[in-house]
Formats: sequence, C-alpha cells, structure tokens
Amino acid sequence: MRVRFWGTRGSIPVSLTWRDLRDRLVEALVAASGRQLDTLSKAYDFLEQNLAFPLRHTYGGHTACVEFEPGSDEYFVCDMGSGARAFGEHVMARHAGRPATVNVFMSHVHWDHIMGFPFFGPAYVAGTRIRIHGCHDVIEQAFRLQQSPPCFPVPFDQLHADIEFVRLVPGQATQVSGVTVTPKLQLHGGDSYGFRFECGDKILVYTTDSEHKLENISNTEGFVKLFRNADLVVFDAMYSLADAVSVKADWGHSSNVVGVELCQMARARRLALFHHEPANDDTQIERILRETVRFEELTRQGHRLEVIAAYDGLELDL
Amino acid sequence: MKLAQSSYADVLVLSPQGRLDHDNCAEFHLALDNYLEQTGDKSTRGVVLDLSGLEYVSSAGLRCFMLAAKQARAHGGRIVIAAMQPVVGEIFEISRFNLILDAFPTVLAALESLSPESAQAYDQA
Repeated sequence: MRVRFWGTRGSIPVSLTWRDLRDRLVEALVAASGRQLDTLSKAYDFLEQNLAFPLRHTYGGHTACVEFEPGSDEYFVCDMGSGARAFGEHVMARHAGRPATVNVFMSHVHWDHIMGFPFFGPAYVAGTRIRIHGCHDVIEQAFRLQQSPPCFPVPFDQLHADIEFVRLVPGQATQVSGVTVTPKLQLHGGDSYGFRFECGDKILVYTTDSEHKLENISNTEGFVKLFRNADLVVFDAMYSLADAVSVKADWGHSSNVVGVELCQMARARRLALFHHEPANDDTQIERILRETVRFEELTRQGHRLEVIAAYDGLELDL
Repeated sequence: MKLAQSSYADVLVLSPQGRLDHDNCAEFHLALDNYLEQTGDKSTRGVVLDLSGLEYVSSAGLRCFMLAAKQARAHGGRIVIAAMQPVVGEIFEISRFNLILDAFPTVLAALESLSPESAQAYDQA
C-alpha cells in the first residue's frame, strides 16, 4: 500500500514567505561557497547531502488530504483539505481525462478538512464517481454550504461528477472496494472520526483532530485497539503535551508525546506526525520531529517505533 | 508507588519513587491530593516534588504534576519540581513542561525559591 500526503498542515493553509525563501537561499549560498557546483546534478547532490531538511525542503502548507493506494483502479483519500486541489490534478493526469472513481473518507467537516473540494478537478468531470464516506449526518450539508452563494461561484449541483454520500457507522467494519474500513469516534468539537483501513496484510490508521484525555483508561484502550499493529498511524500532533493538557485543553487536538505512547502500546510500526500547528515553521517542526524520535528512544521497551513528520508530497510504501 | 514525605519549615518535600505512568498515576494523584489540601495555609507555603528517585514519567504522570500545581495555586500555595534524573528531565523538556512548571536542579534550590526558612532548615538537617 502506498500513502501520499497532499496536505499535512492543521487548521489553515500556510506558505513560505519571501523572507523565508530569501533566508534559505542566502544560507545555502554561504554553505556552497568554494564548491564547484557547475552542473544541476552536482547542485542536487550537494543539496541532499549537505543541507539540513528545513533548508532544502518545506513541510508544506496544505490542510489535511492523505491518499492511499491499496492496489486497485479506484482512488482512496482521507479528507478534502486544501491539498485536494493537487490530489485532483494527480487524478486527472493519471486518468488522462477519463472518469475515475474516488472514495473519500471524512474525519469531520470543519472548514480546513473540506476547503479543497471546490477546487478538486475530478468533481467537474462527467462520469467521475465520488463516494464521500463518513459518520456525521451533516457532511452533505457542509459540502453544499461551502459552495453556496455568496461563498463560491459554482453551486454544488453544477458539479458534473456523480457524487454520493455514504454513511458509516462508528465501530462497524465496512468493505469499500476491497478495503475494510472501521471508523472510531474521537474527541473534537462537533465530533471527529478516526479510520482504520485494512487491505491484505497492511493496516493504515488515520486519526486527526482528536484529543486524548490521559486520565481516561477506557479511551486509551479504545485507541490502542484502533492502532493495534498498524503499519502507519497518521496522528494529530498539533500541540506540545504541556499545551494540550493546560492552555489548549479541550481544543480538540493532541501531541507528539501521546502519539508515541499510544503507538508503543499498540505496537504500531510507524508514526507520522500530522496536522502541524500553522504557527510552527519548518525549523520548529524539524525540532519537534528530532525530539519525538528521542522520546521514542527514551521510552522504548523492546518494540521499535519509527517516527517521521509528514510533509506535503511525502510518499510512503507500507 | 512509594511517596516519601519530609518537612522543612513551611515547605513539604514529596519524593515519588520508581515509575509514574498510566497504571499508577490515579493512585499518585490521590496521594498528592491529601498533601495539597495543606498547601496555602501558614504551616505549608509550598510543596517540592523531589524527583531524584523517579525513573520514568509518562504523559499521564506529567498531567498529574500540572493538576497538582493548579490545585496548589488555588489554595494559595505553590508546587515546584526538583532534582530530576536525566531521562525524566529530557521527557520534561520534550513535552514542554519546563514552560509551565518551575523546575530546579536540586531540592535546596527549589526550597530557596519557596522560602528562606525551609532552605535553612534543609541545610541544618
């Protein structure tokens, strides 16, 4: 199973500013001084081998949109944040104008999770099938509302694709084109749902916009069950633990530390920090990743958990 | 979990031992509660959590510290952390608890921050 991250930022899209870009270029030029970088390939090699990730890369700024390929002709994607625009281009390019079938799984309908849909190209292609799955009863209403005047010029009814809303039941496993999906209720304003996807021997867990109350043992056990033996857990790590249990308690998000602990208890193989705080720049996210890797080392009891920080454009093979 | 207790003038020093995790944090929280009710009155100005005997703390344990500090503040008292082992110190920083709780390298430094009398009593003990 291949997983592609089209949007990894929390709450609102962000982008590099001209100052960010200028400062990186200046640092890179200084780092390259005295070197004979007279071909593109030498320059690329230098970049990869000598510059730190936050200098040669960015975690990116699109809001939640994560695709996974279970190995069928159909598309599978979690959430329709602003990353859905680029995902739509990918679908259109791959299908070369032919209609596709896209299975969408909605964690919830807060704006950052639906804002990409009006810009999702395949929705405008006749014959495309889009099945939007979720547990809330307001999903269709939310999708229609954001395309209603005066917010957007193209009403939902003018989309050419065949769009269907499919209700899933929390805790109940459902087959969707060869993938078994089990949703789980999460703590978030207006509720959110995490999903466990199983296909063949691969397990992907998508759990964003989810707060964990550490004192609630049955809550912890429920998430350990959701994460059990997952190959990848895409986890809301928006805040530090200190913020999540103090000034930002009840804001509906979690931390890197809790992500590691739950994955360790569930013996998951890989944790992707996700839903990055928009106030954090690439250097801060890189620091959080470094510290999370260290935390996993400090608290490891036999089972090793790989920790990564998701970025827009990241592809992983499970 | 063992929670040794000692008093120095108007400050209580509590010393948890071993591991503080999801399994025993409720028990620890209850044990702390008994002492926290004393904070803020004239005889107990504050509490030092001496973590020199604590080998590991989980997120649930850290949350207990935060709740205890909140509760002490509500009683007009104060809780500070002291003498963390290196591993616990690292966990404290990674979770950013260093930004919301005061921590000191030694029990003496922690006592000095709460009251000169307690530091003097500790020195003489």
